[in-house]
Amino acid sequence: MIRDITIGQYYPAQSRIHRLDPRVKIVCTLLFLVSLFIQNSLLGYVIATIYLGTVIRLSKVPLKYIVKGLKPIVILLLFTVVMNLFLTRNGDTLVHFWIFTITEGGLRTSVFMAIRLMYLVAGSSIMTFTTSPNGLTDGMEKLLHPLNKLNVPVHEVAMMMSIALRFIPILLEETDKIMKAQQARGADFESGNIIQRAKAMVPILVPLFVSAFRRANDLAMAMESRCYHGGEGRTKMKPLRYKGRDRIAYILTLIYLVVIFVVGRFVPFKLWIF
Amino acid sequence: MPTEMIQAEKLIYEYDKRDEEGNIIGSERAIDGVDIDVPAGSFVAILGHNGSGKSTLAKHMNAILVPTGGTMWVDGRDTKDPDELWNVRQTAGMVFQNPDNQIIGTVVEEDVGFGPENLGVSTDEIWQRVEESLKAVGMLDRRKDSPNKLSGGQKQRVAIAGVLAMEPKCIVLDEPTAMLDPNGRKEVIRAVEELRKKKNVTVILITHYMEEVIEADQVFVMDDGHIVMHGTPREIFSRVDELKSYRMDVPQVTMLAEALRKRGLNLPKGILRREELVEALCQLR
Repeated sequence: MIRDITIGQYYPAQSRIHRLDPRVKIVCTLLFLVSLFIQNSLLGYVIATIYLGTVIRLSKVPLKYIVKGLKPIVILLLFTVVMNLFLTRNGDTLVHFWIFTITEGGLRTSVFMAIRLMYLVAGSSIMTFTTSPNGLTDGMEKLLHPLNKLNVPVHEVAMMMSIALRFIPILLEETDKIMKAQQARGADFESGNIIQRAKAMVPILVPLFVSAFRRANDLAMAMESRCYHGGEGRTKMKPLRYKGRDRIAYILTLIYLVVIFVVGRFVPFKLWIF
Repeated sequence: MPTEMIQAEKLIYEYDKRDEEGNIIGSERAIDGVDIDVPAGSFVAILGHNGSGKSTLAKHMNAILVPTGGTMWVDGRDTKDPDELWNVRQTAGMVFQNPDNQIIGTVVEEDVGFGPENLGVSTDEIWQRVEESLKAVGMLDRRKDSPNKLSGGQKQRVAIAGVLAMEPKCIVLDEPTAMLDPNGRKEVIRAVEELRKKKNVTVILITHYMEEVIEADQVFVMDDGHIVMHGTPREIFSRVDELKSYRMDVPQVTMLAEALRKRGLNLPKGILRREELVEALCQLR
């Protein structure tokens, strides 16, 4: 169950999206996220769906991987939907019973909000699926390089992120192992109320933290022994250089952004309340 | 002036012992007056049970630890000299025990490239080195894979390739097989032996598995921070009782030969391999 969290995992494949420069993927992901918020209409979401669908298709990442990545946000999603559905009072009332009122505006907001949230996660996970964490941090490092002048330790932060990403699966596996070990000793994680369950987590977290620190220590030693001394004087095995396909991706995404903005704002198209 | 690849003179490593509140209550010597010479191109094994100081010694060869007394030279460089730190680390590459905790990259080839990147090697040369190193340990076909998909033995081979890519003169392996299953162990030891034959690097193998040191040119046995035995594997393994007193396990074949010898069979001392024992037994008639 715990291993189902797929966000931040690289899915190795040979595809057009995989071959793109990481900077392109980071910037385009950001633009995609922006595009979800600059409009709020049915047509806009149709265009966003086409864009996202095309990217997923091109990336050769199986759809079920992306759906799996949505699992961790199910609760947040339900919460948002329920809140928006019942608390937004806008337009005609659709349903009314006891203290609950569902209005047109509420339904509309909650549905669009759900789509937004899902696309948000799907959009960013497609980026991490198609970019090796090293590529991702390289891209970040290069994009944020100007901040170096403001004394922001860009390289160090990028390195920390890439290491964190590498250790996610290892620590998840370890959590699983510790849970099983504690269950074998009679620990109970499934019953009781929230507080009891939270308390039951302590015997998992303590060994997990201890082992994480030990790993960090080992890793630091391994890195030092391989002459790691920060970003200074470091060369790149895979230096980033924009190629023709990267420019095309930028242009296509910009066109998409303009189209979704114009269509979402200025084309009056309504289906029932949406 | 030291002439050997690795040379230690009266090496001492002391650390503070603390009580539960963190107050210093004395000091402990993990290494106590160790002298060691490792000639270039040789294969040296260091044996010892847990807590004998063998890993601490290994960490001195890579300047991860700096001696509190005595001197350690790596290829003529004093490890205490901060200006030589990166040269020392490049000369003596190190492979650690836990395969998961020493792989930095998320793709095999990126991990192997990590060392050369730090050294400031040009991009084209990094690719060349990565390819060569992966080929040398037989992992070239897994270069695009995630390390998480590899077995323990394969991960250790990748770690060895990562060190090789830095073109060290000497490789220190700190219990590289301790966390592996027997198959993984064989895999790693075979890779190390291949390397030694093909690349002529100096190999220092820290281990507590006796079987792995049979091929070594020299064996050091450590106990309680001291070097207690030194010699060729044959010399060392002929002193079965002494080895046992340092809590070391002798290879099964050697044990059997020793037991037979004590019962009056006329067998030579220090038999290391099964074939040797068979041969010696057949000679008896």
